[in-house]
Amino acid sequence: MKKLTLSHLGNFSHSLDATVYHIQPRFVEEIAEIFAFARENNLKIAPRGAGRSYNDAALKGGGIVLDLSLLRYIQAWDAEKGIIRAQPGLTLESLWQYILPDGWWPPVVSGTMKTTLGGCLGMNIHGKNNFKMGTIGENILEFDAILPNGKEVTCSPKKKSKLFYAMISGMGMLGIFTSVTMQMKRVYSGLVDVKEWNVPTLKDQLDALFEGAPENDYIVGWLDGTARDKSLGRGQIHAANYLAKDEDPDPAETMRVDFQTLPDTFFGIVPKSKLHYLMGLGLNNLGVWGVNTAKYIVGRDKNYRQPHAAFHFLLDYVPDWEKSYGKNGLIQYQSFLPKETALDAWLEMLRISQKRGLPTYLGVTKRHRPDKFLFSHALDGFSLAFDFKITNGNREKLAKMVQDFDKIVLNAGGRFYFAKNSETAPETARAFLGDESIKKFRKLKKHYDPQNLLSSDLYERVFLSS
Amino acid sequence: MAKPENKLSTATPLTPKKRAILVGASSGIGAALAQRLADEGYQIALLARRGKMLEKLTNEINQKHGETRAVYYIHDVTDHESVPELLKKIIADLGGLDTFIYNAGISFMVGLKKYDFEKDHQTFDVNVTGALAWFNPVAELFQSLKSGQIVGVSSVAGERGRVGNPSYNASKAALTCYLEALRNRLTRYGVNVLTVKPGPVETDMIKDAKGVLFPISAEQAAGDIFNAMRKRKQEVYTSARWRWIMLVLRNIPSIIFRKMTF
Repeated sequence: MKKLTLSHLGNFSHSLDATVYHIQPRFVEEIAEIFAFARENNLKIAPRGAGRSYNDAALKGGGIVLDLSLLRYIQAWDAEKGIIRAQPGLTLESLWQYILPDGWWPPVVSGTMKTTLGGCLGMNIHGKNNFKMGTIGENILEFDAILPNGKEVTCSPKKKSKLFYAMISGMGMLGIFTSVTMQMKRVYSGLVDVKEWNVPTLKDQLDALFEGAPENDYIVGWLDGTARDKSLGRGQIHAANYLAKDEDPDPAETMRVDFQTLPDTFFGIVPKSKLHYLMGLGLNNLGVWGVNTAKYIVGRDKNYRQPHAAFHFLLDYVPDWEKSYGKNGLIQYQSFLPKETALDAWLEMLRISQKRGLPTYLGVTKRHRPDKFLFSHALDGFSLAFDFKITNGNREKLAKMVQDFDKIVLNAGGRFYFAKNSETAPETARAFLGDESIKKFRKLKKHYDPQNLLSSDLYERVFLSS
Repeated sequence: MAKPENKLSTATPLTPKKRAILVGASSGIGAALAQRLADEGYQIALLARRGKMLEKLTNEINQKHGETRAVYYIHDVTDHESVPELLKKIIADLGGLDTFIYNAGISFMVGLKKYDFEKDHQTFDVNVTGALAWFNPVAELFQSLKSGQIVGVSSVAGERGRVGNPSYNASKAALTCYLEALRNRLTRYGVNVLTVKPGPVETDMIKDAKGVLFPISAEQAAGDIFNAMRKRKQEVYTSARWRWIMLVLRNIPSIIFRKMTF
């Protein structure tokens, strides 16, 4: 291997900056060489896809970050059955663009299409249809991987199923995916039917998700974190449904990639690549209150048709939106709560955040169902994600608040998601994952990676510290 | 070379951590600076020859804070060949590097009429060559990272050649000049280079010296150095009055200076 140099690498939310040996293999065969190199040099390896985690999942300060984004080839596509086989660095963007013209759509997508298949599997992502399609892992037919001991394996729900259910959700800590085979979802149009309506309280919001989930293909809520008192937790619901066969008069047109592409100007004038500068001006308590209040007040019951990409990839609508949070970035705090306890716990959290002058600038709610993966974040209930801006002055207050939140969530029987929260303490992880899951994981880790060759800052922080 | 006792905690967005290497940490200014940096939340790798003292200091720091903030490595700065590998290892252990501080230095008291090449050689080996062995790979790293801070503890003694300690004066003059050159190279890459010029500090180095002018405590020196680091200054005298004293001393004409006996 040629001489390695250290360079800076960050995370999606611009809240961390690590100094790492950044390696981007172009061939699967290089991965085994990188394992050997790391072993010889006493370095750890953290796998990385698109680096879209909000925390330290794809970073290893002072170690190797194995960036798989160049291993991005589609190896096979069966347009009849909708089965795709691709390398782990393939982004969801490239994936949907490839399959949509044939009438297919990925069964599960994240809020940004920049994520890679490998990253999506490592974190076992979900979409706005978690209650219906499960996590991405539930749609994986099979994957190939290289393990730190150099062995190549093929796993499926039937074959090496223990490893299958642990590697998906295992944060990349058990092996490197080299090929993923996945079932796509048949669609008959490039459009979805969207319904939009206001919900005046958090209770109405959760009721809408609960009742709306069985009737819709997708459902998601926006929560106004600045609304107080009686309006605490108010927001808007967006539900969407696929079009049935023949509902779209011109599916060939709407399934064209060009048709889906997001516009590159805002109001037809402001170039979107510059929009995050403008947004940055409004990202303070007062500005967000103003925008949220206006958004709620003008919110009406609406029905419209929208391209898939526009409905799903809200986070890509403004390129580099995360830069508008300024140089310290943001944290996302997402909690998953059982449907029985969610309302009270989140009302308490919203009250705390407002009382402490740290309102969330964006709140997003979703409906979930449990799954069989080892480090599952989902459950029969809801999730609420908060975005908090980090400033030089608020770090301590914010850290205290998310610790308090963790206690509330644990008391309410909740769970967390390793792609999002950046401050989860080891004891919190133990509490929500349960000793049994951790024991199973440690056993697999010991078997396949006894030297902890695969190790991210996230893994060390949550699983290796005392 | 000792293994770090415990694991340093990882930085999170809400608990960011700076990471520093401090060479010459076992006593005096180095030990005081180690304490100060740990107080400020730094994660530090402490290096020195004297393992027992290092271990004691490391334990003291970690106990005080109830978590691992310091790790130590036994290292002799005259062992130049070991530096690149050790640097790599420390960066892996610390999880990165933001600041590098070279504080190792020795001074022998020689009589006014004595000449001792062995001691001069040793002085240069520690004060200059040892520094270069570290500064080179660190400067290369920071230049390519386009970030970082390099701190060199030189001395007011480097500003004039005096009768009492020619090789110490010359070694610190070399260090000061080298740091200036490094600064001129690296500022354009966003790297800060700080030259520290302490006057007399109550450390082992001056414990036998007589008639020392305005000595300060090691803690005060460490405080001055930290403040200069925080403000990303180019140069700092500690205590500050030495800036003015040295202005006068630098301008004493040779015809007078060569008749003086200090």
